[in-house]
Amino acid sequence: MFDWLERQAPKLVLAPSFAAMLLFVYGFIGWTAWVSLTKSRLLPKYEIDGFGQYERLFNAPRWDVAIENLAIFGILFIGVSMALGLLLAILLDQRIRAEGALRTIYLYPMALSMIVTGTAWKWILNPGLGIEAMVKGWGFDTFTFGWLVDPDMAIYTVVIAGVWQASGFVMALFLAGLRSVDSEIIKAAQVDGIPTTRIYTAIIIPSMAPIFLSAFIVLAHLAIKSFDLVIALTGGGPGYATDLPATYMYAMAFSRGDLGQAASSAMIMMMIVFAVVVPYLYSELRTRK
Amino acid sequence: MSDLSGYTPERTDWGRFALRWGLFVILGLFALWYLAPLFVMLTTSVKTLEEIRTGSLIALPREITFEPWAKAWSQACSGITCEGLRPYFFNSILLAVPSVAISTVIGALNGYVIAQWRFRGADTIFALLLFGCFIPFQVVLLPMAKMLGLLGLAGTIPGLMLVHVVYGIGFTTLFFRNFYVTIPADLLKAAKVDGAGFLRIFVSIFLPLSVPIVVVSIIWQFTQIWNDFLFGVSFSSAGSQPVTVALNNIVNSTTGVKEYNVDMAAAIIAALPTLLVYVVAGKYFIRGLTAGSVKG
Amino acid sequence: MRKLNVLAASSAMSLVAGALIAGAAAAEPQVEVLHWWTSGGEAKSVAVLQQEFSERGGTWTDMPVAGGGGDAAMTALRARVLSGNAPTAVQLKGPAIQEWYEEGVLSDISDVAEAQGWAGVLPEAIAAHMKCDGAWCAAPVNVHRVDWIWANAKVLEDAGIEMPTTWDEFNAAAEKLQGMGVVPLAHGGQAWQDATLFEVVVLSLGGPEFYRSALVDLDPEALKSDQMKAVFEQMRTLRGFVDDNFSGREWNLATAMVINGEAGFQIMGDWAKGEFVAAGKTPGEDFLCASAPGAGFLYNVDSFAMFEVSGDDKIAGQKLLAELIMGPTFQETFNLNKGSIPARTDVSLEKFDSCAATSSQEMAQSAEGGSLLPSYAHGMALRGAQAGAITDVVTAHFNSEMSADEAVQMLADAVANSM
Repeated sequence: MFDWLERQAPKLVLAPSFAAMLLFVYGFIGWTAWVSLTKSRLLPKYEIDGFGQYERLFNAPRWDVAIENLAIFGILFIGVSMALGLLLAILLDQRIRAEGALRTIYLYPMALSMIVTGTAWKWILNPGLGIEAMVKGWGFDTFTFGWLVDPDMAIYTVVIAGVWQASGFVMALFLAGLRSVDSEIIKAAQVDGIPTTRIYTAIIIPSMAPIFLSAFIVLAHLAIKSFDLVIALTGGGPGYATDLPATYMYAMAFSRGDLGQAASSAMIMMMIVFAVVVPYLYSELRTRK
Repeated sequence: MSDLSGYTPERTDWGRFALRWGLFVILGLFALWYLAPLFVMLTTSVKTLEEIRTGSLIALPREITFEPWAKAWSQACSGITCEGLRPYFFNSILLAVPSVAISTVIGALNGYVIAQWRFRGADTIFALLLFGCFIPFQVVLLPMAKMLGLLGLAGTIPGLMLVHVVYGIGFTTLFFRNFYVTIPADLLKAAKVDGAGFLRIFVSIFLPLSVPIVVVSIIWQFTQIWNDFLFGVSFSSAGSQPVTVALNNIVNSTTGVKEYNVDMAAAIIAALPTLLVYVVAGKYFIRGLTAGSVKG
Repeated sequence: MRKLNVLAASSAMSLVAGALIAGAAAAEPQVEVLHWWTSGGEAKSVAVLQQEFSERGGTWTDMPVAGGGGDAAMTALRARVLSGNAPTAVQLKGPAIQEWYEEGVLSDISDVAEAQGWAGVLPEAIAAHMKCDGAWCAAPVNVHRVDWIWANAKVLEDAGIEMPTTWDEFNAAAEKLQGMGVVPLAHGGQAWQDATLFEVVVLSLGGPEFYRSALVDLDPEALKSDQMKAVFEQMRTLRGFVDDNFSGREWNLATAMVINGEAGFQIMGDWAKGEFVAAGKTPGEDFLCASAPGAGFLYNVDSFAMFEVSGDDKIAGQKLLAELIMGPTFQETFNLNKGSIPARTDVSLEKFDSCAATSSQEMAQSAEGGSLLPSYAHGMALRGAQAGAITDVVTAHFNSEMSADEAVQMLADAVANSM
């Protein structure tokens, strides 16, 4: 008996998590898929009605905007956060004085929820209250920075606030990566007279490939779940110019009592996640073997 | 160390001096950008309402008052009870501490199994767990409510803990798995030869090595759970509401007069624990990440 | 003889009420109240209700959830209902009451309503919102009027203009203000504020009949009509009177612009009055209030619905709460705090200001003339899906260069797609 327990221990340890995951993630995805095929309004109903909700979804101009925004936001948010995170990490890694303080300053936004910082960002980015008004106050009358109130540009302010929040975390990841690159190899390269930039592009950065993947998964997860960010900063506006799939779904499910519609948008979101994450997981797990 | 500053023979002293100062200025400018929202929040929280109504929202205060802070902590109204954030603050601690501990322990055990006790299908389970990290919380809200009702945990703190643990183990497992993968398999083999069992090896060999990644897991989970609003508002009932719900109640008046100074003070108070965790444990955080996610 | 009847009726009523209270005393009344009046004057007003409730021997458990005009509270409500743990009383309004009733989760409070004679003291249009299939299922708290124009008296005086009574006058006045460098219309670019502006224009430009067929009955003909095009054109004109930084601005910051004299007018419901008063301004002197041009009255009524619960103590709590909500004392105190007027028409308005008096008087007139209409922007006229679909189009039009022709087509499509 004890032997059996000992042999099965690894599986027994994993079993509760596995069961919970099957129920609370995959069971719930299945539930959502089911509801997306019904005419549920205020509360879920379970009579299957077909793909009418998906048809409505694809007919809604607002959903097109949400998907387009997710593409713009996702690419820029992940790209800029990575680039900025890497840059800051490299700069901080030059034996800088007050590194600890600077690192904390770059990292702290991750500690705050956007519900807290949204109002402050709203004021800073508002042309009449924030940066634009301040710079104009210094005498630069022609300066304008009105992205927040411009339907075509507002999504980029969401990127700014998103990058502000997450880039410090990415910086921490890369800094950790830089610190664990083998210093012997670098010294050898320096002795050989290879220029600094070459050392970074040819040796250090390629050796951090796993970090790029970790950073990617954290950022991609934040991008797809971005909800507080939009609600607090623009409320989806001007108009619905900064709507994202997550905010669309929330509006349908909870403000509008249109649960079937919300479920169909959730399913499309899950498919996008699947398309992005599964290749990552596949490559990640293959290389480990 | 990939530090390159010590080895630049072709540059003159003056060039190096300018370079380092340039570097410092760039880093400083970024620091200003990162600090800007906090600056706005802090200055607003010590202004009088009169000054906010008449002056620029992002200017320095003309006179400083700490009344908004006192009000936010112990007098601001969240519904008919006007006790500020204080009672809710303790609800959040009661909720966050056990949830963080439980999800960290489960994540550590899961990571230990997946990284070191490989069995057929373990990687598939890991992939399934990881995919779970990506599920938007708005999707699971309603089925979760139904499930909590069936379990008899609706509107209770244990129910809310269950939710946080369930959706936290994906990440904690990821952290620990990536950490334990870097530990050579020989260690486990040697311990087995010595006759140690599954749990004994974990407790006496792996756990002592895990301090850096435990810190990472705690920071991550604490931030997530403390800042959560959606689950908190949906699965709590009167008396068990966490601090984010109270903050939202104070800040979001629909048709009433807005007290921005109290709002900002309340926001900073509500964020203090997570800020503190980042400031105090930030160093270990980087160290833990260095140990964990890189070499794998 | 008449007198005797009244006497008999009232004594019968007090008997019934007495029986109710006796029933309540047997099981100590309990309520858990989910609401989104969480801060400032609103919270104080709810506290008044709680106090009355506990004076009558009840226990009140407060469940406040603010945000998004009740969105967050409605999210919590769904989770609570699905988990089989519904709150006893919930702040609900408009057709959402009937929607929840259709889900089979509301309880009947007709015995209280009939004992208290609600039908006699509520305007018919408002009473209709409180009934589900003929039975009373909710209790109204107040009547907000949405179609108000607020103005800074000094700005208007300096510009030599009167409070406008037609849209042509409004446009002319606005242009004059613009010429003086004052922002003519203070507005916040949030979807619900755009929708508020829109519905006021629909009513006041198109008249009550048009409002009803377009925004209550959703007649496709009305939605695509030339009249609707004219509405969108006026919206475009109004957009020209708004400053460039309006996006995402809270309504109270827009009100502050009028208070400071940065802006001339604001079109907003009567909760805006609270901001003026809090800034120490007096109605009629420092700021002016007038109903939007044309006939009609757009109401936004807050109410509480009772959810199906078991246990004598909870049921007694629901009955007592319903009785107190409709009680004249609560209706007076609450509405003095909130800027609205009592839902009961028999409450004395002595303590109320001149704007509230106008509101009450015009409500009575509109009720008679059939132009007392539900506000669509505040969830009184339509179910969430349809109201949301209209708001999407309105806010997309207001925040872009879309033409009125495109807008009406989109409006008709969106409404059809939301069914």
